[in-house]
Amino acid sequence: MDNIIRKYLIMTLFKYGYIFQVQMILRERFCHQRLPEKPVGMESQHKHLLELLRRTAVHGESNSVLIVGPRGSGKTMLLNCVLRELLEVKDVNKNVLPVHLNGLLQTDDRIALKEITRQLNLENVVGDKVFGSFAENLAFLLEALKKGDRSSSRPVLFILDEFDLFAHHKNQTLLYNLLDVSQSAQAPVAVIGLTCRLDVLELLEKRVKSRFSHRQIHLLSSLSFIQYLDNVRSQLSLPQDFPDTKFYDEWNDSIKTLCEDQLVVDVLQSHYNSSKDFRSLHLLLMLALSRVSASKPAIKPTDLLEASRVCMVDSKANILHGLSILELCLIIAMKHLNDIYEGEPFNFQMVHNEFKKFLQRKSHSIHNFDKPVVIKAFEHLQQLELIKSMDSSTAKIQKEYQLMKLLLDHSQIMEALQKYPQCPTDVKQWAMSAFG
Amino acid sequence: MVRYFTRLRVRRIYKWGGRPYIFDRKLKSYGFEYLNMSVEGQEAVTTVTPGQYILIEGNDDEYPFVAKLLKLFGDESHKQKKALVQWFLRLSEVPQNKKLLLGRSPHPQEIFYYLGRACDDEINAESILGTVQHVPEDTPFPEPGTKDTLYVKLSWDTKAFNVLDPVLMQDTSASTPPKPALPLFTPCASPTATPVSRGPVHHALPTPDPTVMRRAGSVSDTRATMSAGKRSTLEAESIHSASKLSASKILSAKRRGSAADTPGVRKKLQLSPGKKMTRADVLCELLDEEMESEKVVSLKLSSSVSHSLQHGCSLSPMRSGCKTPNGQRRFPWKLTSISLDRLSPTALGEQDFSSTLQIECLDSYAFLSSQRPTTPSRRKESAMAIREPALGVLAEEDSEDSPMQPIALTPRSKRKSAQLVSLRIRKQLNLLDNTQELISDGDDDCFVPSKKELQSSSNEEKTDSEEETDSEEETVVKKTRGRNCKTSVRTPHKTPSKKVCMVTPSTPRCATPCIPSRTVPARQPGNILEEARARLHVSSVPESLPCREQEFQDIYNFVESKVMDGTGGCMYISGVPGTGKTATIHEVIRCLQHASDMDEIPTFRFIEINGMKMTDPHQAYVQILQKLTDQKVTADHAAALLEKRFSNPAPKKETTVLLVDELDLLWTRKQNVMYNLFDWPTRRHARLVVLTIANTMDLPERIMINRVASRLGLTRMSFQPYSFKQLQQIITSRLNKVKAFEEDALQLVSRKVAALSGDARRCLDICRRATEICEHSASHPSSAGLVKMSHVMEALDEMFSSSYITAIRCASLQEQLFLRAVIAEFRRLGLEEATFQQVFVQHRTLSRVEGLQPISLSEGLAVCQRLGACRLLLLEASRLDMLQRVRLNVSQDDVLYALKPVRD
Repeated sequence: MDNIIRKYLIMTLFKYGYIFQVQMILRERFCHQRLPEKPVGMESQHKHLLELLRRTAVHGESNSVLIVGPRGSGKTMLLNCVLRELLEVKDVNKNVLPVHLNGLLQTDDRIALKEITRQLNLENVVGDKVFGSFAENLAFLLEALKKGDRSSSRPVLFILDEFDLFAHHKNQTLLYNLLDVSQSAQAPVAVIGLTCRLDVLELLEKRVKSRFSHRQIHLLSSLSFIQYLDNVRSQLSLPQDFPDTKFYDEWNDSIKTLCEDQLVVDVLQSHYNSSKDFRSLHLLLMLALSRVSASKPAIKPTDLLEASRVCMVDSKANILHGLSILELCLIIAMKHLNDIYEGEPFNFQMVHNEFKKFLQRKSHSIHNFDKPVVIKAFEHLQQLELIKSMDSSTAKIQKEYQLMKLLLDHSQIMEALQKYPQCPTDVKQWAMSAFG
Repeated sequence: MVRYFTRLRVRRIYKWGGRPYIFDRKLKSYGFEYLNMSVEGQEAVTTVTPGQYILIEGNDDEYPFVAKLLKLFGDESHKQKKALVQWFLRLSEVPQNKKLLLGRSPHPQEIFYYLGRACDDEINAESILGTVQHVPEDTPFPEPGTKDTLYVKLSWDTKAFNVLDPVLMQDTSASTPPKPALPLFTPCASPTATPVSRGPVHHALPTPDPTVMRRAGSVSDTRATMSAGKRSTLEAESIHSASKLSASKILSAKRRGSAADTPGVRKKLQLSPGKKMTRADVLCELLDEEMESEKVVSLKLSSSVSHSLQHGCSLSPMRSGCKTPNGQRRFPWKLTSISLDRLSPTALGEQDFSSTLQIECLDSYAFLSSQRPTTPSRRKESAMAIREPALGVLAEEDSEDSPMQPIALTPRSKRKSAQLVSLRIRKQLNLLDNTQELISDGDDDCFVPSKKELQSSSNEEKTDSEEETDSEEETVVKKTRGRNCKTSVRTPHKTPSKKVCMVTPSTPRCATPCIPSRTVPARQPGNILEEARARLHVSSVPESLPCREQEFQDIYNFVESKVMDGTGGCMYISGVPGTGKTATIHEVIRCLQHASDMDEIPTFRFIEINGMKMTDPHQAYVQILQKLTDQKVTADHAAALLEKRFSNPAPKKETTVLLVDELDLLWTRKQNVMYNLFDWPTRRHARLVVLTIANTMDLPERIMINRVASRLGLTRMSFQPYSFKQLQQIITSRLNKVKAFEEDALQLVSRKVAALSGDARRCLDICRRATEICEHSASHPSSAGLVKMSHVMEALDEMFSSSYITAIRCASLQEQLFLRAVIAEFRRLGLEEATFQQVFVQHRTLSRVEGLQPISLSEGLAVCQRLGACRLLLLEASRLDMLQRVRLNVSQDDVLYALKPVRD
């Protein structure tokens, strides 16, 4: 018996080790910590961008390009893949100076200029001198770029993440200057903008726009559901170099069967319908993965279903489940007011009246609450942002008379009532009734 | 501190000296022998004589113009004072693009003999600031530490630097008015250079009389350092006399000297007020004769010495009072004050500390320079170094050098001063050592000013014999040598500290930044398509600018005429982006520069600023000033300096052509930047041509207030968008016989672009993209043929097609559904706007119709936000949650078209 137990223990230990490794590998994948071998579904864009940057690096040709795509479509991933590939080329390796800027970090040109100077290591030219004024800084950088020429200076790759935010800087000075350099015989530069806005060109000032080469690389996934499914499978599969082939086979087989399960296909289909991007898919898979353990060494269809439920949950309906009966009654009163007045705003007094009517006429189980208590409940609802004040200047109007709007849909309220634990029937009936 | 002083303004008084001789009867102009200048409120008088090198007030306080004075003349009324000069250029005055022609790094004190004709030789004598020293052209440059002297080695004829012909210098000096060599009998003309050796003889003439010194110091000589040399000689002179005479006598002598129009030096020396005039004349005549008798060298020597002496003449208080403010000039005290500061520690409380600065063995230099006009003077150098704030190192060196000026012996404190003097002398001589052959006897050629020397010098006045002085000098040298060594130790400590304070106010010189160079050279284009792509890049400079001939000609004529006339003007050029405005102007400037190289038009300076390349409209001043003079100052100060530069007459000024790109960004509420830019050209002496560029044709009417628009004038030009033929021509000319495109393909591009914007940049970019597509479509890069219609079409599609439709097609099902719901809701409401809540209700019904599981509200919001991030929808702030309003950013038709099922 001992032997069997020991064997079992060793087995589990091994299994633990493998599971741990699987989770490591897949988490790295889902959290975007490692670039994929090859970007999926964007081969032509990849080629275009690589070719463009290669020309800048090798020929010293200045270029500007925008990579446009919805959030989560893989813009940064594509760029990073291209850069990785580019830097593997021997000629290019020591020859390019990438400068990464992000519109969310460099919120104005002054900060951006400092960051550029820092990343270009030009600050050591400045010596110990504390960085001068914005104007000096700009002149300094422009002079630096002007000094260079096509054949002798190193190409600089300016990567502007959240490109659209740079367009909101004053006068678009930075963009103008970068694009102007890219259009004149100065140091070779490539300006690469990443943005999710399709109308980004309309943000550019006409002079800036004219200097932009109008190259746009669109990352719009036209993935069909079949490809999507394939992708899910490959994302969940283990890489070939997994140490234990037996476990590798087991895991990959289980994934294969998983993806053929109708329940899973339905879940993925609804996900695919909602959004095609991989980031939301990764979130879903991540949740499913977290349910894998040594005792349950595979992803089951129910895991995925549960994960999808977590992903798609209606947050407001969840809040409703935690309200007190009084608060729920107030919400129902508001719903009736909305019905009566066709979505016009209401104030506390109206809600209170409605509530009192209900108490007088229909209620058997609910006692009368004092007005201050009702006000308290009303304020709590406001804090939960289930109702929202419509007046801009709240200070002057008394609390009771401030106009409010309900931020809930009827369906949400009804659904919440169904699920509400031990909801009095009279309240339910009141909610269902047509008018008050 | 230094800066502070620069801005002080000093009024200078100019008075003719010497007996007027009739110079031109018809014009009724008189020639004069010299000009006395003094500063109001100060006693020192500087005398300028033809043959001397002078500084002339320019637009730059720090670097006045340099010239050699040829002749002084005025009209009958003596109101107007004119001078004829031979100009010298500093390197900073040479056009930027020609500086490279020098082929070496210029010495900071180097100046160039000016052979061009663009500058007026005749100047207002009242713009003379002072005199300066010079060293012959064959002497090597001194150590960087030496200051105060200017060096002429080359001449500049607006096209090239040439080795200076010594004859040239002789000629100019020969053409000086009849009595140039007046001051032959300078008391201290001791420095003896034998004509044979011709080497520079270094000579110190330190003769400090305390009182004189003090005065001289207080005079706060103008451009200070430059004149310092002269002053020093002067003082030396006075000291000589002082040593012999009582203080009172000196004073009276000074007074007389300053008051009288006669050459001050001689008078003082003789100390007989009454006779001075006559004496001087006699001397002059004697000198003239001598000059003719081939003793040119010696004469010059002495004469130069005398100049310098005269220079230093101190103004007696009396005189300053009675003098009418004839020529009032502002003048910067800065230099003087600096030098004073520096020296004061060495003087160690002695009253005559000021004298230390001024005393120098100038005469030797002067002598040298007169031999060869091309020698820079040291004093100047030092002055410059001081001014150049960034060069801390230089300044320090300077400080060490400064003691080179020999200190004169004051009667009171002979020992200290003597030591100082010797020290200085030694330094000075060391300097000279580097550059010149030393005195034949192989001695250190240190001259220590001793009483003996003083006496000897005073003797000289009368004897006027070179040999004597020679011998005397030598003896002096020998005597003094011993002393020098001891004293030298002292000076170094003191100087550095002073330097520091001088350096601080300066702005640090900015390091020149540059992008590191690449390790592997850029690859050259390999095939035809790559070649075409390189040529089509907007940055490549085409050989010619086709299709803008008319505009080119107009601008060319405008600028050329202004440059030729030396007047100013404004021009406003408008046009949509990418129509070649800036390129055309650059081409015009290139042509004009070529023309000026060919000597067809006068030289001019081209400066370019861009409203987009500055952070604030007022930076325009800073950038203009920096490009004009390499100074770095604040905006306000720059505005003041530019104002001064453009409003004051400066004889040697060349026309400045200023290109202001993106003018509309220079708009400020008060519009003072634009006002100034357009006002300067209207000034009489500005010689400024302003070319402005902006996009809108009616910019002057739209954003300018009347007084600005009026100054801008009506010289306007508008660049029309290119027509398709022009675009085609542009591409063809750029390609320049590289056969990469099919004819039809080119036409398609140009027609398409012309129809849309007429932007040449766009056109070139599309062509470039087409070559790429062509290259990629070919199976093998080398097998790629011509760029065909299909490639161009693809490129055009890429650039012009709106991505909205593709984006909608690629959106997820729920997103598409949401868009449909939005349209349905719009139709229901009859409005182009709906709240999310309303749309969401539609969305639910639609998804039921489609047989889809209705999504939750949170998910619906997420879908809506995703569409909003792409800007397919325009959304209100998301804090409004369900109540945020939703609008379409695309037309409903486009959405419906995109949503139509494409499968069948």
